[in-house]
Amino acid sequence: MASAAQRRIKSISYAKYGYIFILPFFLVYFFFQLWPLINTFIVAFQGNGNATGDWVGLDNFKTLLQKVNFTKQDDLIALNRVPSTDEEYEAAKALKVQYAIHNEFVDSFKHTLVLWIGNFIPQILLSLSLAVWFTDAKLKIPGKGFFKVVMYMPNIITAASVAVLFMSLCSEDKYGAFNQLFHSMGIVKEIDGPKADVVHLVGGSGHPWPARIVIMFIQTWMWFGNTMIMLMSGIMGINPSLFEAASIDGASSGQVFRKITLPLLSPIMVYTLVTSMIGGLQMFDIPYLYHKGTSINTDLETVAVFIYRNFHTGQKNQNYGWSGAASVLLFIVTLILGCITFYLNRDTDEIAKKKQRKKLAKQAKIQNKQFGGLSL
Amino acid sequence: MSDNMKAVYGQAKDNYMFKIRLKSTILFIWCLILTVICLLPIYILLINATREASDIAGGLSVLPGTHFFENVKTMKTDFKQQFRPLIGYRNSAVITISATFLSVFFSALTAYGIHVYDFKLKEISYTVILLVMMVPAQVTAAGFLNFMVKLGLTDSYIPLIIPAVAAPAIIFFMRSYMKSSFPLDIVEAARIDGCGEFRTFLTIAIPMMKPAIAVQAIFAFVAQWNNFYTPSMILLSNKMSQRTLPMMIANVQSMDTYKDYGVVYTCIAISIIPIIIAYILLSRFIIAGVALGGVKE
Repeated sequence: MASAAQRRIKSISYAKYGYIFILPFFLVYFFFQLWPLINTFIVAFQGNGNATGDWVGLDNFKTLLQKVNFTKQDDLIALNRVPSTDEEYEAAKALKVQYAIHNEFVDSFKHTLVLWIGNFIPQILLSLSLAVWFTDAKLKIPGKGFFKVVMYMPNIITAASVAVLFMSLCSEDKYGAFNQLFHSMGIVKEIDGPKADVVHLVGGSGHPWPARIVIMFIQTWMWFGNTMIMLMSGIMGINPSLFEAASIDGASSGQVFRKITLPLLSPIMVYTLVTSMIGGLQMFDIPYLYHKGTSINTDLETVAVFIYRNFHTGQKNQNYGWSGAASVLLFIVTLILGCITFYLNRDTDEIAKKKQRKKLAKQAKIQNKQFGGLSL
Repeated sequence: MSDNMKAVYGQAKDNYMFKIRLKSTILFIWCLILTVICLLPIYILLINATREASDIAGGLSVLPGTHFFENVKTMKTDFKQQFRPLIGYRNSAVITISATFLSVFFSALTAYGIHVYDFKLKEISYTVILLVMMVPAQVTAAGFLNFMVKLGLTDSYIPLIIPAVAAPAIIFFMRSYMKSSFPLDIVEAARIDGCGEFRTFLTIAIPMMKPAIAVQAIFAFVAQWNNFYTPSMILLSNKMSQRTLPMMIANVQSMDTYKDYGVVYTCIAISIIPIIIAYILLSRFIIAGVALGGVKE
């Protein structure tokens, strides 16, 4: 009979299959993610270049974070004077390197922040307004599906190709499409020759901002469609009867947005904000490739580029220590951001209910005691 | 009296309809402008890919030129050191297809293992998987490269393909999908019929999870195809026979001696045309997939 067979099946333990099924994931995860993560922490406390593998304690963190004070007379002398002994030479060199690396790292954090803010603000404004308009039942915008497809498209194109494409479009000579456009509009008077006054969109010496604005534009261009679709699905998840009730009560579209859409959308907004922040901290392909020639544009160097540059200096002298230390700092920042999302995204109603339940249980216990444990 | 009310009411209604229509029209025009901004760089790219460098210097053009095949010819001779599309397609396809397959298959396997079986470490392992999701690749990169150098696995595709087995985000998605549409009674029924555990997974679970697998496969494929960071990190010696397409583009970009813009545009166009065609064919699934990603959190 079926019941006998079922009982037999119930008595067999299938737990081992569970372990077998998840084993490949954990093996690969351990080898290619967890151990590299631990290894990053290890190399962060080890030396750079030839000294890779030697323990140096917190030196790398000190180098990255500690400002070199040039008020001390000795240091200035050590930097400027032709060193006479080997010891002095080494000290001067170390000081110079420390100065350069510290500045590079602090700048890279600043650049990351600037580039991220500059792309996030226009991106969220654009995506949020489009998402609200596209989901508004009253408005009749034809071709919504088409617009969604087109606006998401830049996100799917290879970022490396996008960087090189914009690099060519922004070229600072007669070939650059944008400068041609400015020329025909009269902003650029002379596009070719020695008196050319082209806009320095590629950047380089002394022109940091136009290139940064181009990067911000590219990031916005690539990501606003993605954010828009996510926010749209968030808005569509809001109970439509709320919008209906608001419109019956005569709320204007601004009021509906401020009083209904925005508060109910906040979990998804926080999620978008944090994923965008974590994505912004990882910004690599476009700032790394947006430059002329072989050396990168230091005005656009982000933390990810700093890490990459230090462990990827060719076959020799990889500065694992500095990139490891920078990675650890990046990890800490990411962790903090992750905790913030988790904290903001927690279900406050659920927590309140739990508290209420506990309180009720306690009261019931007390009452039980009052009646001498008798159940009434 | 009633006529008066009708007039007032009708006027208000007309006014309201007019406002809505006006707003819709303005928004439609705004969307059209955004569409132009989205498409213009790609359009200029495709047009300029068919033009000569001297022609490009003359200004923008709406119509394509006739120089595409000459550009390809120049690319084959002058850009031989930087860009070889067939090798690039081959390498990118090898890495992308195998990594996508591994990601999707093993994620389905892991999600199935966690969903179907009861074992002691079940909840802990799932929590670990969720925690891992937050760690960005850039954080582990220094340790990863250091480890691969020690193992002698640089200049090899192994560190590019095998890590795809561990894809926490895909597991998370598949587990949520299974929770909503994979009843455990089916597994029980298969057991009673004498079906082995692994066979149940292959012949029953995988066909039932097809929609989730398709969506995740598309996203994994796109992410791998566009990946520039990991390949350029691992393939240290940057050999032509090993380069992926994004790496080739980066090489085109960093040549400073000779630059023929027509050919540069042709290279970029060749590198992105496959992904654009794939997008046009699959856009419906991709948009739906992005929307799902937004809801899950």
